[in-house]
Amino acid sequence: MTEPAALKLKDMLKKKRILSSGHRMCAGCAAPTIVKLMGMALRGPTIVCEVTGCLEVATTIYPYTAWELPWIHVAFENAAAVASGAIEAIEVMREKGRWSKEHVDVIAIGGDGGTFDIGFGAISGMLERGHDIVYMCYDNGAYQNTGIQRSGGTFPGQETTTSWAGKVSPGKEQRKKPLAEIVAAHRTPYVATVDPYHHRDFITKFRKALEVEGPAFIHAFSPCPRGWRSQTGKSMEIAKLAVEVGLHPLYEIFNGTEYKMSGPSRRLKELRPLDDYWKTQGQFKHLFKPEWADFKKGSKNRSMLTGSF
Amino acid sequence: MTAVKRVPKDQITIEGLTGDAAIAHALKQCDLDVLAAYPITPQTIIVEDYQKFAANGEVHCRVIPVESEHSAMSACIGASAVGARVATASASAGLALMWEILYCAASMRMPIVFAVANRALSAPINIHNDWSDSYGARDSGFIQIYTQSCQEAYDTTIMAFKIAEDHKVLLPIMVCIDGFILSHNVERVEMLPTEAVENFLGVREPFIKLDPDNPITMGPLALTDYYFEFKEQQDKAMDAVPDVFAQVEAEFEKMTGRKYGMFEEYKTDDAEIIIFTHSTPGGTAKATVDVLREKGEKVGVLRLRMFRPFPTKEITEAVKNAKAVIVFEKCRSFGAPSNPLALELRTALYDLEKRPMVVDFVIGLGGRDCPPTTIVEGYEKTKEYLKKGRAPLYETLGVRK
Repeated sequence: MTEPAALKLKDMLKKKRILSSGHRMCAGCAAPTIVKLMGMALRGPTIVCEVTGCLEVATTIYPYTAWELPWIHVAFENAAAVASGAIEAIEVMREKGRWSKEHVDVIAIGGDGGTFDIGFGAISGMLERGHDIVYMCYDNGAYQNTGIQRSGGTFPGQETTTSWAGKVSPGKEQRKKPLAEIVAAHRTPYVATVDPYHHRDFITKFRKALEVEGPAFIHAFSPCPRGWRSQTGKSMEIAKLAVEVGLHPLYEIFNGTEYKMSGPSRRLKELRPLDDYWKTQGQFKHLFKPEWADFKKGSKNRSMLTGSF
Repeated sequence: MTAVKRVPKDQITIEGLTGDAAIAHALKQCDLDVLAAYPITPQTIIVEDYQKFAANGEVHCRVIPVESEHSAMSACIGASAVGARVATASASAGLALMWEILYCAASMRMPIVFAVANRALSAPINIHNDWSDSYGARDSGFIQIYTQSCQEAYDTTIMAFKIAEDHKVLLPIMVCIDGFILSHNVERVEMLPTEAVENFLGVREPFIKLDPDNPITMGPLALTDYYFEFKEQQDKAMDAVPDVFAQVEAEFEKMTGRKYGMFEEYKTDDAEIIIFTHSTPGGTAKATVDVLREKGEKVGVLRLRMFRPFPTKEITEAVKNAKAVIVFEKCRSFGAPSNPLALELRTALYDLEKRPMVVDFVIGLGGRDCPPTTIVEGYEKTKEYLKKGRAPLYETLGVRK
């Protein structure tokens, strides 16, 4: 039996919880909210394969676990490969009469470090082979777990402990890898960007990702108060702002070719100034110094679609 | 699963097979659920042959043609975690790329069967045989068995599943063959009927698995308060291997009449000097010993099969009365006082009051040929060392110096 996604508040309250309280994620971190929203989209039996990262270490401190789903972590760069093995094994064991469930959804989760960078080869392989897996990246813009180092998902101008804002550097000087587009270029059946503020959009897209045959990819924007030096109560607002300034536009890509802007981004008449976003976070505060005025000018050419500039 | 019976001769298929093909045929009969592998010489034929079986519908298995060996071992863990019977194959650089995940497979107690066609590590890049690859992984927590013939590779691959999947063990296992020397060399192989293999192995019964009806967390974070206990349990599992191995071999012997043991003793009863090696040099050493015996030399061979866990007590017992043990090994542990095989042997013998002299020769790196003359050279040197009463900790043989 396929359970419906929970889009209304009263249905959300009834939907089975997948992540218990009492985990050790930081106050204000959006990642547990993202996991809970993922839970609202589930349609039945599900297995989660996760990479090493904040969410992994802070939810499974032995002998405790916050996960109420079958869950496995092996290493930093291989959730896509672990998930490939799991889904294929389940399929073949079902054929052989050794797996009782009619269907099991396999979800792989990685942070931006595990997805944009070290795990990318495994993800590309998973996409090319076409396993029926949903891969979700919760993107908090840096290696937050190891102490806020820059990743391929870090924005230009973002200060991290390996892209310091200094006398001659405005923080990270390179652009953010356009990950959703790269994933889509594999002719992936379904790719979507989401954020936890626009929760109905999130749940609807995650459900589509589960229902599509073959691989699907969800790129979730995940504010990180500790790394971003933002207020713990502002994470949802910051997620909304990221969409409004065009750094994390919401869209879907079908079969790698058909792009569709999602409501919250489509309805924007114009993008809000980046300053509105930057001023919410200590990691961008150096950008308000006069010496980086030219750097900020360059950011005006930001792409509506990819969030890059 | 019914009781194992001797397979009648008319049900045995005899074919000329390479070491790789012998392993592929064994895997074909073990009712794998998932095989995940990446091509690398000299292992590739294993996967090529298995893929052909899959393409012809001769196996009911999902073959995952992964994009790297790192992902091969990772996919094996994912499949093993949901309860599947799983295998992979690799060598050299591929094994090195798996490194991180080897430790995970062992510590997460995944009974993965891993066929290794032993090959030298880069640089310089070299496709030929030595043991640096799997010796390097000796502390990863894998069981390691080294085989000498194609028949032994076939038999050991079948037994490997039963050893690894035993609930007293639950550890991954490497079945090693010498790259090219065995992987590409055709020998006569007696193959069992598939029904006999299936009956012998049964279906894997996972101890625990990822199951939506009984959700568990695998691979958590364990810090100063629990990590050590995980390792303690892993160590106990390794200790359980010899007993399970013996039971599995006894059952296999009932079915086939063949058994190998943790090591093979060849003309060692009255031997004053015992050659200690494994894999294909074991065969060369035995042939050399035959000739030396004709000349009246009291020499024998102890051919090791199980390197992990190392059969310390049994080997000590087997060599303790010899005057010298000559180690021939295809690996240099750079900077170490001697090399992996000799280090284990010396540790095993240390507590004896009267120890045989241990002489360690590094041979055959990068596939350098190890003919009987190399064995004889080592033997003659050892006799000199015995006269002098001391030997160097190790030396290389068969190399320009």
